[in-house]
Amino acid sequence: MFSQQLVNGITAGGMYALIALGYTMVYGILKIINFAHGDIFMIGSFIGLFLVKQIHLGLIPAMLISMAIVAFLGIVVERVAYRPLRNSAKIAPLLSALGVSIFLTNFAQLVWGTQTRAFPSSFQIKTFQVGNVALSSMQIYTLLVCILLMVGLYLFVQKSKLGVAMRATSHSVENARLMGINVDTIISLTFGIGSALAAASGILVGLYYDAVYPVMGYTAGLKAFTAAVLGGIGSIPGAMLGGLLLGVFENLGAAYISMGYRDAIAFGLLIIILLIKPTGLLGKNIQQKV
Amino acid sequence: MVIEVIKKVVIRPQTSLGLLVVLAILPLVIKSDYLLHVLITVGLYVVLSLSLNLVSGFTGQLSIGHAAFYGIGAYVTALLMLRLNMPYWATIPLAGIITALFGLILGLPTLRLRGDYLAIVTLGFGEIVRLVFLNWDSLTRGPMGLPGIPSPQLGSLIFTSKIPFYFLILMILVITVIFMVRIAESEFGLSLIAVSHDELAAEAVGIPTLRAKLLAFVFSALFAGIAGGYYATYISFVSPDSFTFMDSVTILSMVVLGGLASIPGVVIGAIVLGLAPEVLRFMADYRMLLYGALMVIMMIYKPDGFWGAKHRVRNAILKNLEKKPTRVKRGEPI
Repeated sequence: MFSQQLVNGITAGGMYALIALGYTMVYGILKIINFAHGDIFMIGSFIGLFLVKQIHLGLIPAMLISMAIVAFLGIVVERVAYRPLRNSAKIAPLLSALGVSIFLTNFAQLVWGTQTRAFPSSFQIKTFQVGNVALSSMQIYTLLVCILLMVGLYLFVQKSKLGVAMRATSHSVENARLMGINVDTIISLTFGIGSALAAASGILVGLYYDAVYPVMGYTAGLKAFTAAVLGGIGSIPGAMLGGLLLGVFENLGAAYISMGYRDAIAFGLLIIILLIKPTGLLGKNIQQKV
Repeated sequence: MVIEVIKKVVIRPQTSLGLLVVLAILPLVIKSDYLLHVLITVGLYVVLSLSLNLVSGFTGQLSIGHAAFYGIGAYVTALLMLRLNMPYWATIPLAGIITALFGLILGLPTLRLRGDYLAIVTLGFGEIVRLVFLNWDSLTRGPMGLPGIPSPQLGSLIFTSKIPFYFLILMILVITVIFMVRIAESEFGLSLIAVSHDELAAEAVGIPTLRAKLLAFVFSALFAGIAGGYYATYISFVSPDSFTFMDSVTILSMVVLGGLASIPGVVIGAIVLGLAPEVLRFMADYRMLLYGALMVIMMIYKPDGFWGAKHRVRNAILKNLEKKPTRVKRGEPI
């Protein structure tokens, strides 16, 4: 029972982590909570579903195309809704993000309807029995894709020139600009990558739970955000760790305490962590100056 | 320019009095139940926005879980009336006090947290409260909600039509506005604004910032709880669906679009956004799409809201300075 919940939790956690990365990268640079991120995740899921069902693409090309389209969407959202507000009070981009979120949810409802749609998987789902743990091929693929994307992101951020520029920008936008980094391009890139990862997660979640619906971004977004804060918002390894921990805790809580309170456990955990260590597990402490 | 003139007219006491008279005779003119319902809803939103304004506007503590207080007030009233057969009037203070206690609880994290982190705690709080409504079946009947909440009774008058409900919300609204204006003008209100501008500086000049923040949360929750109680008896049905994250966001947008920390601004924000879904009804399915787009456009072109508080605060300080001319003549040593 325990190890089974652990496996389920890690699978869910990997998907949370992919969304959480988008939150954390954007927060790291712009210090804003991108509340529209959950809806970008949902749009990614719908585009993937459309490509698989209507265009009859395979899952992998569908995922890649959906990631590309949604990356573009993320860049457009930043251009339209956040860039004009970069120098205004902090609450303005937050409200603007909520506006985008409402817009995208209703856009999806208009285009695809409000009902829940099934996500047809083109491959046979096998279940392997390892000890007393049932491991489905779906879980293995999901974890593989999550790990692949996260390792890819890690290498990009740590090794590539653009990755260095990204880290420099998140350290200090002003100093990065003085070093000749085109900050606007980096911010666009950050939104693009974050959105692409969310789209990938959207398709995985759609497949895993066999359900795609317009408000799916809301809960998933909140959970992923919780994961990002849990790990220390602004920290990329933190988002990965936070996602996994959240997935595991929540599944164990659902199994041993109560299914209905699964989400409440996640949020309760978040509040406790914030009170004990507000910067999250891997976040840096920042002293407030007078 | 036009806006400046309108602003000057609106803040005159005569205007408020005139407005009150108009609002009082309005139900005699309006015969449509639908219009009265819209007015009552807008009135509720004004009370809720003003209560949130105390925390997010004056004190600058971003809260995106305000619907939780509204919900707690509604559920407390509903349960007291249904289970204990209490009259509505007796539940008002109880709903207010219990909700205020929850406000105190949510205020405690402000000890350690600021800005975005606090916002997330309020969000988590809002979600947890909704999930408790949803899962505590034995008390709240879960997703089925609590139907059949009785109407208030005043002597022999039972609130059956919309008109007495209209006057009740008008009364709650007037009390809320007076309370908020009095707070804004008080030393306590100034200390809240000081906290919102710079907490460390406020503490340095001797403002008990912790007490100020806690009290802001308590009063904010109190009024939201009373609004919730009113909602319960007015709609006569409460369910977890009425107190979601989206409702918190709606209330917060009213405060921000109206103008943080500005009472007339917040009232206007609540009226505009409260009426928007009704006015945009002709757009049918595109209504919420437009609503979201308008929010973005509004933030880009007028991030201070309709009634930006920036100028207002500065003007108030200047006015106070003008009132007390220094007795020291120019050139003399002070």
